[in-house]
Amino acid sequence: MLTFKQFWHRLGSPKWFYRMSRPWFVAFAVAAGVLLGVGLAWGLAFAPPDYQQGDSFRIIYVHVPAAFLAQSVYIVLGAAGVLLLVWRMKMADMVLETMVPFGLWITALALFTGAVWGRPTWGTWWEFDGRTTSTLVLLFLYFGLYALRQAIPRAETAGRACAVLAIVGTINIPIIKYSVEWWTTLHQGATFTLTEPPAMPPVMWAPLLVNVVGAYCLFAANLIAQLRNAVLRREGGAQWVRDAVAAEAA
Amino acid sequence: MNRVRRNRLLTVLFIFAGSAGAVTLMLLAANENLNLFHPPEQIVSGVAPVGVPIRAGGMVVAGSVARAPDSLDVEFVLTDYRGSDFRVAYTGILPDLFREGQGILVRGELDAAGVFRAVEVLAKHDENYMPPELVPIAAEAAGNAG
Repeated sequence: MLTFKQFWHRLGSPKWFYRMSRPWFVAFAVAAGVLLGVGLAWGLAFAPPDYQQGDSFRIIYVHVPAAFLAQSVYIVLGAAGVLLLVWRMKMADMVLETMVPFGLWITALALFTGAVWGRPTWGTWWEFDGRTTSTLVLLFLYFGLYALRQAIPRAETAGRACAVLAIVGTINIPIIKYSVEWWTTLHQGATFTLTEPPAMPPVMWAPLLVNVVGAYCLFAANLIAQLRNAVLRREGGAQWVRDAVAAEAA
Repeated sequence: MNRVRRNRLLTVLFIFAGSAGAVTLMLLAANENLNLFHPPEQIVSGVAPVGVPIRAGGMVVAGSVARAPDSLDVEFVLTDYRGSDFRVAYTGILPDLFREGQGILVRGELDAAGVFRAVEVLAKHDENYMPPELVPIAAEAAGNAG
């Protein structure tokens, strides 16, 4: 049995990660497919409508998981930034590179579903309140991370610059979370938190919970698959990569 | 942890703490302006400016909604249930979620008589969701609690 320290040490090794991670990817991908399939069908077709909003409330089953992920992905990027700057972990730089497009798309999805829901519910597509504006800033941070890496030709320098931007950008995460408490906003408070019972009955929050867990599995599967590709791209010249690819092809 | 890594970690912490401090000061300095709307208390007490485009919010007082029979003119009273309420006049179609007891956001100007002349009305949904068949049960429970 590996101790945590050994596990941690090996996670920093592209070779060990590539050898071990295939079953992890399969497990998370299957879990994501099953959970999201069940959760979306349940939430969009079988959960009861809301007493005020009718069926338009169902967008919560996409919006809330997307908004959770948008922030979680950024926290992962910030943590990877610290690992890269302090410990110079190669894998951390790969996380920092490959997870930016995923975070960007999922943030765009959260903003888009929010706008689509806001139109019938609030009466407007968009309002610059604390929650929506700070989430828009999050989207721009993802754009910034993407652009910064493209703008610097030397890979090592680009990685460190992105790490600093990722770390500094995490300041926005608590602002998103507490925006609805610090200021008066159009966006409502949290329906679904880790610390309090949900403000909806079980028939409505159970499918939401399934979708949230499924979304995190999708994130994990995507992270592992992207990292495996990044390992092959970056370590492509190494003998062990040629051996591994030859073994898989055989 | 060796000395090199410790120094790098301290640098990272320093950068983070510095930026966090700067952002915190900016948010504190801008605090009033980051609020989306004025609560009823500020409208009534005269904190909110008169004759300037602003937003205000509150709950619609039950029985206060008066619609003109021959036009889209509508008037209603917004309250915070703590003694501050003000009248809103609006011409146009109200959002679907507009109803008595609902949180509402209005954009417009406060006139000298203390009436809010709204040009836009938005419904502020709360964080509670319920299936329709649970509404009578919830209302009963709220009645018992009150």
